[in-house]
Amino acid sequence: MSDSPMAPPRSFLWSRRIFLTLLTGFVLVPVYVMVSSSLKPLADVTGTFRWLPSGLTLRPYVDIWSTVPLATYFVNSLIVAGAATICSVMIAVFAAYAVSRYDFRGKRVFTVTVLSTQMFPGILFLLPLFLIYVNIGNATGIALFGSRGGLILTYLTFSLPFSIWMLIGYFDSVPRELDEAALVDGCGPLGALLRIVVPAAIPGIVAVAVYAFMTAWGEVLFASVMTDDTTRTLAVGLQGYSTLNDVYWNQIMAASLVVSVPVVAGFLLLQRYLVAGLTAGAVK
Amino acid sequence: MRSIRAAAVGAVTMSLALAATACGGGSSSGGGADGSPKTLTYWASNQGASIAVDKKVLQPELDKFEKQTGIKVQLEVVPWSDLLNRILTATTSGQGPDVLNIGNTWSASLQATGALLPWDAKNFAEIGGKDRFVGSALGSTGAPGKDPAAVPLYSMAYALYYNKQILADAGISKPPATWDELIADGKKIKATGKSVLGAEGANVSENIHHVFVLAQQHGAHFFTPDGKPDFTDPKVVDAVKQYVDLMAEEQVIPAGDAEYAQNQSVSDFAKGRQAMLLWQSAAANLKSQGMSEDAYGIAPVPVRSGTPGTGAQTNSMVAGINIAVFKSSHHLDGATKFVKFMTGDDEQKILNAAYSTIPPVRTAQGDAAFSTPSNAVLKNTLATSAAALPQVAAESQFETAVGTAVKELFADAAAGRTVTTDSVKAKLEKAQQQMPAA
Amino acid sequence: MTTTAFKEPVRETSPAATREPRRRTGRIRRTSLPYLLLLPALLLELLVHLVPMVIGIVMSFKELTQFYIRDWGSAPWSGLGNYKVSVDFDAPVGEALLHSFFVTVGFTLLSVGLCWLIGTAAAVFMQDTFRGRGLLRALFLVPYALPVYAAVITWVFMFQHDNGLVNHVLHDQLHLTGKPSFWLIGDNSFYALLTVSVWKGWPFAFLIVTAGLQNIPRELYEAAALDGAGTWQQIRRITLPSLRPVNQVLVLVLFLWTFNDFNTPYVLFGKAAPEAADLVSVHIYQASFVTWNFGTGSAMSVLLLLFLLVVTGGYLLLTSRGRRAFDV
Repeated sequence: MSDSPMAPPRSFLWSRRIFLTLLTGFVLVPVYVMVSSSLKPLADVTGTFRWLPSGLTLRPYVDIWSTVPLATYFVNSLIVAGAATICSVMIAVFAAYAVSRYDFRGKRVFTVTVLSTQMFPGILFLLPLFLIYVNIGNATGIALFGSRGGLILTYLTFSLPFSIWMLIGYFDSVPRELDEAALVDGCGPLGALLRIVVPAAIPGIVAVAVYAFMTAWGEVLFASVMTDDTTRTLAVGLQGYSTLNDVYWNQIMAASLVVSVPVVAGFLLLQRYLVAGLTAGAVK
Repeated sequence: MRSIRAAAVGAVTMSLALAATACGGGSSSGGGADGSPKTLTYWASNQGASIAVDKKVLQPELDKFEKQTGIKVQLEVVPWSDLLNRILTATTSGQGPDVLNIGNTWSASLQATGALLPWDAKNFAEIGGKDRFVGSALGSTGAPGKDPAAVPLYSMAYALYYNKQILADAGISKPPATWDELIADGKKIKATGKSVLGAEGANVSENIHHVFVLAQQHGAHFFTPDGKPDFTDPKVVDAVKQYVDLMAEEQVIPAGDAEYAQNQSVSDFAKGRQAMLLWQSAAANLKSQGMSEDAYGIAPVPVRSGTPGTGAQTNSMVAGINIAVFKSSHHLDGATKFVKFMTGDDEQKILNAAYSTIPPVRTAQGDAAFSTPSNAVLKNTLATSAAALPQVAAESQFETAVGTAVKELFADAAAGRTVTTDSVKAKLEKAQQQMPAA
Repeated sequence: MTTTAFKEPVRETSPAATREPRRRTGRIRRTSLPYLLLLPALLLELLVHLVPMVIGIVMSFKELTQFYIRDWGSAPWSGLGNYKVSVDFDAPVGEALLHSFFVTVGFTLLSVGLCWLIGTAAAVFMQDTFRGRGLLRALFLVPYALPVYAAVITWVFMFQHDNGLVNHVLHDQLHLTGKPSFWLIGDNSFYALLTVSVWKGWPFAFLIVTAGLQNIPRELYEAAALDGAGTWQQIRRITLPSLRPVNQVLVLVLFLWTFNDFNTPYVLFGKAAPEAADLVSVHIYQASFVTWNFGTGSAMSVLLLLFLLVVTGGYLLLTSRGRRAFDV
């Protein structure tokens, strides 16, 4: 539209200005509250709300690490979310490639089943899943329950359906002639996948990875039941600040920010890919 | 062709293997680890100002235990928000800690699951006998007539904490001993611009504790003698209404407290914004929030008239923490030893002093540390005027159903809606119908 | 926060058909390879979703209360007992579930509607380049990128009765209300929940619609402009209709996501949600974990699942008719 022959009318420009200003306010206020409160002394956050801090302090950022073992949680979250993302993307790439490039019996059943799992209320399978993990543990000695491994498995399946679905769309958009050519050149189907299709689908894969990482990074319900002291993740660990005898709002806000920065930064850095990935994949 | 297939299989296996190794990278929870009989796992409840504080208090004691017995105790302090869920999942799976803390009001509920080791005469003998413990604390360890499911560890009682300065400013010479006095004093306090009494209106457990005691004062119980819920007894309704009316009618509890659920009322008190607080063993908590011990006094919780005692003069629940052993533990022997250690005189003195609680062990109670004026009030309340919450299997459902009803009534009161006998009764009726049929 | 989506895999048939001769030569490879590639995904879905779901369905037919959870195999069968309790709308348990269901439906419709509206409007307004667009777009994505807990706890802080920003602005500064309102308890809690949900959810709509807009051929606009259509008319006649297939998926995703959302109400209100904001996910959580009746909790979940299946199926049937033409 930018280079359309007619310039947008004033009514459009004004609507846009007003709408986007209001929206910016709506989005920004909680972010501002989060940032400013994390820099306030405790007295400021336990009394009447004030827009401007009475004094700035970095104290909350120092205290958060000792009030709750945040560093441990941080490492746990990194391991869990990182491993879940890698596994999820890899498995999704294979599955999406199969669906995109092959005709086989049960394909429709597979896609429909995988996608319909997303309709399940998490509550329905929290306890059963827990039982399964425990029984696997008892039978094989692989500790899934209470370990990071169990959480990784769980999270990677959470993001799997959306990832597969998005990658199918993306792989479909990669011209078949490319992998045909690779096959003719003597690559196997996997060679074609890894050398041709995957590189061409990088934006889609990045988008999927970002989604998988965010899913794992923020999940609360399963993590609260399936982790213990040593494997607790950040999202659950954050609750530690408000179950204390006093509610240290400034520390909660500081910790929330610390927890958010990696995902938000990553997300914003990769958002270009995200839009590109969605454009070519999901919404086509 | 074969090589292609091999490559495909290889790649897939590799990805699986990678997934598996990445996925197997966690540490095991160690609950039923047969291989290491020298290690116990212990879930402690969050008693101190933070989880870090708890670890600091408990770790040296656990080290002591290891020195004595050679058994290492792996400690996990579980936040209250997670504790019951963790116990439930551990119960379901049989994979839990060896030893754990439970809120003493949960005793009968958890007893009914059959997951906890019953403390019969033989087991009690191993930790020095049942007689070592105070009777009121033992009254909150499981259903009557059954072997207790847990052993008392820390005891607490409710008391009225009052800010000396605020009361003096309002011209009040001694803390209120009856509810009428409290309401009358409240008017004077409000005139000074301070709020009167704190409450945790959205905290289900706190609500239950208070309405239970008030029901006692009205001569009512929430359950019939044979254990059936009886929430709509007019006396129960009166008791609940009396509690909510402290906000709705008398306005001694500020409306804002209706949404408190995270001990904000303690902060309000500690910061000198509020004259009084009904709390259990708040000393350590107030100290951690910077309130000096001289600034406040401790008195028994008000009654309707007269002085605290038994029956209708009850003015506190038997609050406290019990220690229990998971029946599925592979080290029952070590677990029992650990319970013996934790309930021994020395540990009782150290731990209860650290948490400003009262030892449920007779011999430890005599220690000078627990005879300060403030502890004397708590000790006396426990000994003479505290009653245990109903020891029925459905206790935890009772807490949820009635506690939520009170929370909703507070929300109504805060929103300016009138709270009537009928509206209270309706809420309680709904709560009763949500109770399991058993 | 899991997102859900559906896509009819229709496109594959024609190109595959052209390769028919080649397929015959590698028959074994051709038939086993796709399954091999699907195997990891399939196994994991079985382990984490399907088998637990089956167990959950089995549980819903059992009397799984605190007396039996230690060995749930020994729990007595209760037939349809749990279902009867759940749908007996004259008794309190069923009545509460029905109430919670209506609250959830109302909440979901409003939230999805608002998310879609704001997201689409923002995407359309930001289709043109203007100064600061990149910055604004990044900013708009922040609520979506924030971990749920961090975002919602900030709103809790703002919604406090005594010290919260919302009351400070509405009451102390603008004097719009006679006295400070309660947001986290009582009737207003519905609006609090809606606000948080929209704040967190609309950027997703924005993202998807932004991506969708880039697929609209520029020639369409140029042709419309030549026909004399102004900006507003272009939006109405080209942009919005072209977005229809995107919207089909987007609305469904948002619907399922919002309907099943557990984290937002849980962090906002804790274990006992106020009646006005008693979403069904938290309600079921309470029915199972707080009152220790996993049988009834499972039965409620299964009912919820059935409802979502019907809605999704109906939705796809209704919308795909209009979609077919677009799918060529």
